[in-house]
Amino acid sequence: MSIQTLKGVWWKKVDRSEKLWLGIALAWCLVLFAMMPLWHWKGGQNPSFETYRITAADYQAKVEAYVQKTKVGEDRGFPVVAPGPGEDVYMLGRLWQWYPVVKLKKGETYRLHLSSLDLVHGFSLFPLNLNFMVLPGYEYVLPITPTEKGEVYAVCNEFCGIGHHQMVGKIIVE
Amino acid sequence: MSSLATFRTCAQTGLRVDGAAERMIKVHAVAGVLAILFGGIAAVLVLLTRWPAVHLLGPAMYYRALTFHGMNMLIFWIIFFEIAILYFAGPILLGSRVAWPRVGWAGFGLMVLGSLLIDVAILRGGADVMFTSYVPLRAVSYFYLGWILFAVGALIGVLNFFATLVVARAERTYEGSMPLVTFGAATAAIIAVATLAHGAIIYIPTWLWSLGVIQNLDAGMYRLVWWGLGHPSQQINVTAMVAVWYLLATLTVGASPVNEKVCRTAFLLYILFINLAAAHHLLVDPQLSPAWKVFNTSYGMYLAVLASMVHGMTVPAAVEVAQRKKGLSKGLFEWLAKAPWGNPGFAALVLSLALFGFMGGITGVTFGAEQVNIISHNTLRIPGHFHSTVVAGTTLAFMGLTYFVVPLIFRRYILAPKLATAQIYLFGIGIAIFAGGMTTAGSYAIPRRHWDVQFASSFFQPPIEPAAFFFLGVMGIGGLLAGLGGALFVAITVASVFFGKRVPDVPGAVPLAAMPPDRGQHVPISGTLVLVFVFLAAFVIYYFLNWKWLAAIWYVR
Repeated sequence: MSIQTLKGVWWKKVDRSEKLWLGIALAWCLVLFAMMPLWHWKGGQNPSFETYRITAADYQAKVEAYVQKTKVGEDRGFPVVAPGPGEDVYMLGRLWQWYPVVKLKKGETYRLHLSSLDLVHGFSLFPLNLNFMVLPGYEYVLPITPTEKGEVYAVCNEFCGIGHHQMVGKIIVE
Repeated sequence: MSSLATFRTCAQTGLRVDGAAERMIKVHAVAGVLAILFGGIAAVLVLLTRWPAVHLLGPAMYYRALTFHGMNMLIFWIIFFEIAILYFAGPILLGSRVAWPRVGWAGFGLMVLGSLLIDVAILRGGADVMFTSYVPLRAVSYFYLGWILFAVGALIGVLNFFATLVVARAERTYEGSMPLVTFGAATAAIIAVATLAHGAIIYIPTWLWSLGVIQNLDAGMYRLVWWGLGHPSQQINVTAMVAVWYLLATLTVGASPVNEKVCRTAFLLYILFINLAAAHHLLVDPQLSPAWKVFNTSYGMYLAVLASMVHGMTVPAAVEVAQRKKGLSKGLFEWLAKAPWGNPGFAALVLSLALFGFMGGITGVTFGAEQVNIISHNTLRIPGHFHSTVVAGTTLAFMGLTYFVVPLIFRRYILAPKLATAQIYLFGIGIAIFAGGMTTAGSYAIPRRHWDVQFASSFFQPPIEPAAFFFLGVMGIGGLLAGLGGALFVAITVASVFFGKRVPDVPGAVPLAAMPPDRGQHVPISGTLVLVFVFLAAFVIYYFLNWKWLAAIWYVR
């Protein structure tokens, strides 16, 4: 019984049917493990590891300069920027907005820079379901390629205070 | 000291019970039930807000209720109950005295004080920071102090358990190797030390930061260390729950582990690997490398998952063998069909095991794959996953065990035992519907910790799939059933402790399963093998479906 002490030798040979499951379970665990390096090698979606340390003030200045340079319009008070294919594009998270609005082209690859000016935010493309964390002090660079035309929204999915649910930005794919 | 301990011999189990251990179990269990009551009230408020058709609370109260719910359920209810389990598995199962009875009270006092500080801070609106309190989000400083006091108090309870193991050994209160349940509890206790140490390492500087002594805390560092507390605290749950599975299997059908070597080695794998899974929360963070993420999120090549898959086979196998030895050996499943389904302990064991494995385990491992996390992180898939593990798994198992704690420790009969059984089914099925709805809604990118997924007050209004609303409704209905089940649990338990008939001090007054006669025959576990292969098939299908869904989103490379 599982509540009684064990006397004598309990280090016994494992039954065949138990061994069968142990072997299969171990094999499955190795498959689970192999999938991740495999996807890094062959797959199209991998968390990037291009990260830089940056202060909130420096990042804000960088984004402002970028917006001045590439602004093509406005949407509900937000500047709209349209980077060229292969170019860098900068977005920032702050209480409680994603800034600026970004216009991309389907099938082109962009280097999307993300950082936060204040708290931890969650960058979630909705309803696409692509999620990354945005931390103050870190500039995260994601090489993204939109694969469908239309509008997606950047929803904040990490709690960042009372206005958290209002924090929605926009990305237009043409 | 030992002369001060007063023992009774339990007429039901023959165990030698130290009065001090019994008192510690009682107070910790009472505190745990109070926590589940508080957390449960908050749960219903949160549920009715997240169900878009109701949307009950305003944003400030919603975020407050959610923080309160997380703390009381994930930390207070679970850890108070776990310390109670340690006072059972240590002194009582080994027939020993509690090593430090007074120190035990000090630990309990610190836990109570810490939890009160935290609850007061939240209710007064000083800590709307969620369970995770990610810096630089700031709470009042006594919120962080409460965390530290609670962690130190729990650590004292854990150390008292280890000290009791030493005392039992030294005073030769038992012979041979400790029972499996004690071994499993010891595993949980070792994991708890690592967990609580992370708690101290992160909350002491955070407390100093809240007091202005430290100026700056790095958000990435905080997340890394905090999850060394946050995730492993739930691994204590897993480990304690597995120990409780073995315990319930013994109490309800007289099951013995088929091979102690296999079971104990699996527990050992938990100690070595399970805490690495703290990485699950950091897979789409900027500050960590892919190599770090892949190794850690895989618990070092999934060896802790292997451990759970082993327990998922050995527990039902133990039940199958015990039942077959009683003569229920027709076909593949007579042993299961004629199991004591009306016993709340057995019902809790089966539902806990099945829901933890099929729902919690499969989703957890899948969402914890580095890349699949891109389509899961911080969506409702995540709370959907952990309500399947911590609630459908751990809480349900602990509820089933409570129906033995009340007659054996409080020595009161359960009032309305049939209602107790119904309570287990209601809660288990309710949580299964709830977590299923929640996880599925999350696959439509519905965020967790979010007051308004209709985005009525935001700058832009994203369109929402009607299917997502449907699954949020499923979540709402399942949650109400579970809420009713949870309320019944508190009502039955409290009423039984205060008004239940006293259990007389005669053998057999509480029906416990007898161990089946061992005629040395070889007993097949073919039914269990069928069940585990069904589980593996479900696992494989769900796992690869998720990679398929991942491949359909934008490229990130």
